[in-house]
Amino acid sequence: MSANIRPSGVFDTSYAQDIALNRTRTDKWLSNGLFVVLLLLPLLSSEGPLGLNIVPSLWIGTLNRIAIFVIAVQGLNILTGYCGQISLGHAAFMAIGAYTGAILGRELGMTFWLALPVAALVTGIVGLIFGLPSLRVKGFYLAMATLAAQFIIPWLLRYPLEPLTNGSRPLDVPVPNLFGISFAADGAMFYIIIPAAVFLSLAARNILRSRVGRALISVRDNDIAAEQMGINVFNYKLLAFFVAAMFAGIAGCLSAYNTNSVSLDTFLLDQSIAMLAMLVIGGAGYPLGPLFGVTFVLLLQQIIIPALIPPLNNVLPGLLPFINPVNIYAALSPLIFGLALAIFLVFNPRGLAHRWEIIKIAWKLRPFSH
Amino acid sequence: MEDSTVKLHVDNISLSFGGIKALQSVGFSVQHGQIVAVIGPNGAGKTSLINSITGFYRPQIGAIRLDGVDITHLPPYKRAQLGIARTFQNIALYTNMTALDNLMAARHIHMKANALTAALFYGPARREEIANRERVEEIIDFLEMENIRKTIVGNLSYGLRKRVELGRALALEPSLLLLDEPMAGMNVEEKEDMARFILDIHERQKMTIVLIEHDMGLVMDISQRVVAIDFGIKIAEGTPDEIKQDEHVIKAYLGQEVQPENAADLQAVSE
Repeated sequence: MSANIRPSGVFDTSYAQDIALNRTRTDKWLSNGLFVVLLLLPLLSSEGPLGLNIVPSLWIGTLNRIAIFVIAVQGLNILTGYCGQISLGHAAFMAIGAYTGAILGRELGMTFWLALPVAALVTGIVGLIFGLPSLRVKGFYLAMATLAAQFIIPWLLRYPLEPLTNGSRPLDVPVPNLFGISFAADGAMFYIIIPAAVFLSLAARNILRSRVGRALISVRDNDIAAEQMGINVFNYKLLAFFVAAMFAGIAGCLSAYNTNSVSLDTFLLDQSIAMLAMLVIGGAGYPLGPLFGVTFVLLLQQIIIPALIPPLNNVLPGLLPFINPVNIYAALSPLIFGLALAIFLVFNPRGLAHRWEIIKIAWKLRPFSH
Repeated sequence: MEDSTVKLHVDNISLSFGGIKALQSVGFSVQHGQIVAVIGPNGAGKTSLINSITGFYRPQIGAIRLDGVDITHLPPYKRAQLGIARTFQNIALYTNMTALDNLMAARHIHMKANALTAALFYGPARREEIANRERVEEIIDFLEMENIRKTIVGNLSYGLRKRVELGRALALEPSLLLLDEPMAGMNVEEKEDMARFILDIHERQKMTIVLIEHDMGLVMDISQRVVAIDFGIKIAEGTPDEIKQDEHVIKAYLGQEVQPENAADLQAVSE
C-alpha cells in the first residue's frame, strides 16, 4: 500500500534519499547495529573462544539453516514473487548446487571459495534450460514443466551420475578452509553463511528497486503491456530463472559444506513445495517475505513442533489410536505444518511481510490512526 | 522511397484470424507532428489496426513503415525502442506498482543497468536511477499527478489510471504515440483534462499522435485528419470537415442516408 509513509517530521530532500534503503540516520544505525549483533552471537555461545554460554549453541545451527533457506527462497521470490513464474523445481536446483560444490571439492580438490561461485553458475545455467518452457506456457502449465526438473534432476543424480554422487547414499563433503582456519563448527560456518545471506538479500533487494526489477514485475503484472513498453519479456523470464537458480545453487552448496554431507532426500518435491509455502507464508513479492517465511516455517518445524510433541505424547495415543506412538513426530509434523499453511492462506493471504508493513505504518503514524 | 515528412505509413495491411477478416487492405499515412484520429463503429477493426502498428498482431499482407523503415517483422519491444508508445483501451497498467514505478518501468529502454550492476546498485546504476527519476518527475508534473505518485495504481480511480497510462507512454519518450480510446468511460471534466493533455503534448513536443476515439465532437476538435474504418475496410479519410460530410461514414454510423447536420449525433448512435 503506501510505502511512502514517514514518521512525522521526516522528509526526503532528494531523489537519492527517496530511493535509499536507509533513508534516515536512525535507519542506518538500526540496520548496521542489527548486523553487528548478529555477528556477535557465535562468540557468546559455548562454542565461542570466550567460553560464555549466553546463546545456546543450538541456535547457531538453526540460524545457519534459516540463512541458507533465506538465500534459496530469495531466489524463489525473484522468480515467483516478482516475475510471476511458478517453479516447483527449486529444491532440484538446490541439489545441483550442492552436488556441484561437493563434487568439485572432492574430485578436483577445488577450494570451497571457488567451488561456490562455480556451483552457482552451473545451477544458473541448468535453471536457464528449465526456464525455456516459460516462452510458451504460463501458470499451472509452467508449474508442470518445472515439475519435470524436480523429477529429472534427482533421477540424473541418483542413477546416471552415481559414480560421482554416490547415488542414494550420502556423499561426504570436505571442510572449507581459509588460510589454515578450518570452518568445521557451526559457529565458524556462521561467518560464511550469514554474510552470504545478507549480501544476497541486499543484492535481491537492489535488483528489485532498479530497472531489472521493474521489468520483472512488469512481466508478472501485465506481460502484454510490458512487451509493448520495450521490455523483452522472454529474456527477463529467463533472467529470473537464471538468478533464482543461482540463488538456489548457492544455498545448496552452502548447505552441503555446512553439514559436510549431501543427501538426495533433502532435495525432493516436498522440499520444493515447502519453499513455496515459506514464500507464501512470508509474503511473495515482498523483500522481507523470504526472511519472515523461512524463519516462521523452520522455527515451527524445528522448535515449536518438537516442543509440542512430548506433552502431546501422553494424550494423543488415546485420541488418535490409529497413529503408532513411535511415529507420532513424523505423523504430526506435516499435519501441523499443513494446518499452519491453510490458516495463513485464509487469514493472511498476502503474508507476514504485508502484516509487517501495516504494523510499521501504524507505528509511524502513532498516536494518530491515519 | 518515402516522403520524408511521413512519420508512419500503413501500407495496405490485411489481417485475418482464421476466417475473420479484421482488416482488409487498410492503408494511410501520418505526417510528422499530426494528430490523426481513427474512427469507426465498435468491432470495425480500430484496435486491430493499433495492435498491428505496435506489433502485437502481424498483418499477413502489407507493410508498416516508421520513418521509412519497414518494421512489419519487428517484435513489439523493438518497435517500442524505435519510438512507438501506446495506451490501451482496457487499461493495462502494472497493477501492483505505484504510479511512479509504472512510469519508471517505461524508462526501461532509456536505462542500461543489467542484473549485475543493479544488484550492486552503486555508481552508474544509482546515478542512472536518479537521472531517470528526474525525467519521470517532469512528466508527473505535466500530468498533474504529484499527489498520486506513490499510490498503487490498482487503488486509483478509472480516470486517474488512464492518466497514469498516458504518463507511462510519455515516459518512453516516443516519437509516435498511439492512444486507444483515451477518453472512454470518462466524465466531461476528465475528458477535457485528457484533451488538454493530448493537445499540450502535441504542441510542446511536436509529437505525432494516432488516436482512436468515439466522442465525435472531441475527434473533430482535436484531430487534423480522420481515418474512418468499418468492417475492416477503410471507408473514408480526410479532414474532420470532409469526414463529417462523407456519406460512407454517415452510413456506417447511422445505417442510412441522412442529412450532414446529423453528424453531431454520431457519438450517441455509436454508443
